[in-house]
Amino acid sequence: MSDTAATAPHNTALKPTPLHARHVASGARMVPYAGWDMPVEYSGITAEHLAVRTRAGVFDVSHMGEIEIAGKDALKTVQHLTCNDASRLKVGQAQYSALLTPDGTFVDDILVYRMAPSHFMIVVNAGNTAKAVEWISTQAPAVGEAAVVDSSARYALIAIQGPAALDTVQPLTGADLASVRPYWFTYGEVAQARALISRTGYTGEDGFEIYVPPNMADRVWQALLQAGHAAGVVPCGLGARDTLRLEAAMRLYGQDIDDTTTPVEAGLSGIVGWDKPAFVGADRLRAQKASGPERVLVGLEMLDRGIARHGYAVVKDGAAVGTVTSGTQTPFLKKAIAMAYLPAALAAPGTRVDVDVRGRASAATVVPLPFYKRPRAV
Amino acid sequence: MAYPSDLKYTKDHEWVRLSGNTAEVGITDYAQQQLGDVVFVDLAAVGTAVTAGGPFGTIESVKAVSELFAPVSGEIVAINERLAQAPEDVNARPHETWMVKIHLAAAPDGLLDSAQYEALLA
Repeated sequence: MSDTAATAPHNTALKPTPLHARHVASGARMVPYAGWDMPVEYSGITAEHLAVRTRAGVFDVSHMGEIEIAGKDALKTVQHLTCNDASRLKVGQAQYSALLTPDGTFVDDILVYRMAPSHFMIVVNAGNTAKAVEWISTQAPAVGEAAVVDSSARYALIAIQGPAALDTVQPLTGADLASVRPYWFTYGEVAQARALISRTGYTGEDGFEIYVPPNMADRVWQALLQAGHAAGVVPCGLGARDTLRLEAAMRLYGQDIDDTTTPVEAGLSGIVGWDKPAFVGADRLRAQKASGPERVLVGLEMLDRGIARHGYAVVKDGAAVGTVTSGTQTPFLKKAIAMAYLPAALAAPGTRVDVDVRGRASAATVVPLPFYKRPRAV
Repeated sequence: MAYPSDLKYTKDHEWVRLSGNTAEVGITDYAQQQLGDVVFVDLAAVGTAVTAGGPFGTIESVKAVSELFAPVSGEIVAINERLAQAPEDVNARPHETWMVKIHLAAAPDGLLDSAQYEALLA
C-alpha cells in the first residue's frame, strides 16, 4: 500500500498552535498543513463528521490569520480592498468577503468583522496570512489613513460546531448567546477567558468561533469538551472540517478558488458589493456579470462507483471540459460528491458528464449546491 | 496490536495468508490506521494476472487514494465482494478482511514474518 496522504515525519519548522501539546497528548493524528502542525483527526473523520451533524464538534483553527485595520479611513480601506460591501456591516456584525486581484481573482476569501465604526478585523486562511498582510499593507496607504496590523499571534481560535453548540457554550459564559444571530458576534468571558464569540463557522452547522488569548486556549478547549461531554461533543480535526465544509459547498482557497478564479465563476456573486464604489477587481467582475462567466463552479454527484478528487478531469463526449476542485465520499450524505469548474453550457443541474477517475470514465451528474443544508428550527 | 504470526507481510503494509497454492491478501492494521476511514475499495477483476510488487487495486479513505500492491505473483481467483458494501471492514478487522485471493504463479519471495514486520514498524 502506498499512502499518498501527507504523513511525512514532523518537520521541526512547522508552527504549533497554542493547543498543540493538547492535541499530541490526546492522541490526535498530526499532519503538516499550511506550515502548521495540525490535528487531522481524533477519533476518525467519519465519526467526527457525524458528531458535528448530529451533536457538536470542537476544532482548533488557531492557524487562521487575523489582520486588523483601524483608523480614520478604515472603512474606506476595507471597502477598496474587499469585494463585499463593508458599509452594510453594523458594529458587532461579520460578513463573508474576499480580497481580489485587479483581475478580479482571489487573493483570499475572508471574514470581515466590524469591531468598531473605524476598526475592522479580517480573518484570512492560514496559508495566505503573510500574502494577505503584504497585500493589504502595500495598498492601504494609497487609500487613506488606517493602520494595518497582523494580530494573528494575539488569538487562538476555537470553533464549536453542531446543533449542541449553543447549549454547550452558554453555561460557560455570561454573554447571551441565543441573541447572537448568525454572522454577528459579541464579547464575553468563556471559561474566564476574554473572548470574541462569533456565530460563524465552516461546517454548514450552527455554532461559534471563539477568539481567545493564546495562553487561555487550553483552558477554553478543555472547558468546552467537558461541558459537552454528556451531549457527545468531541474534538475534531481538519479532516472532518474538510468533509463538512464540502458537504455544505463552502469553498476552500487553493482548491475551489484561487488567483485564477473569480467570485462570479465560483458562484459567489452574492458576496460582491455590486452597488458600492470602485474596489479592486470590480471592473472584471462587472464585465463577467454582464456577459456571463464562461465557466462556473458546479456540484457533481457520482453515478458510477468511484470518488472524484481534486485535479481529476471532467469529460463530456470524450473531451476534457473541466476540472474537479474538491471531492470526497461524504460521511453524512453517504455519496461521492465533488465541485468542479465546467463551461456555463454544462452547468445546469441534471447535466451528465464523466469524471476521469485514474483513467476510467465514471458517470456523474450536475447537482445544485450546497449538497447539504442543515434543517432549521421553525 | 500484535501482528498474527500465521500471516506474512510486506514493507508496503499488505499481509498475505498462504494456504497451499492460494494466498489471501489484505492490508495491515498499521495501514488502515494510516489511511483512516476506508470508504471505497476498487479491486482488479477475477482472472487478472498480478505481479509481486505490482498493483491489484486502489483503496480510498475519506481523505486519500492509495494503491494496493500484490505481495505475490499469480492470478486473482476471487475478490471480496462484501467490501463493495462494507469497506469499513478494513478498519474494523484488518487482518481478517482479505481483499483478493491469488493463485500463486511462483513461490512467494521476500515476505516478512510478524516479528520482522513489527520490527519494521518500531
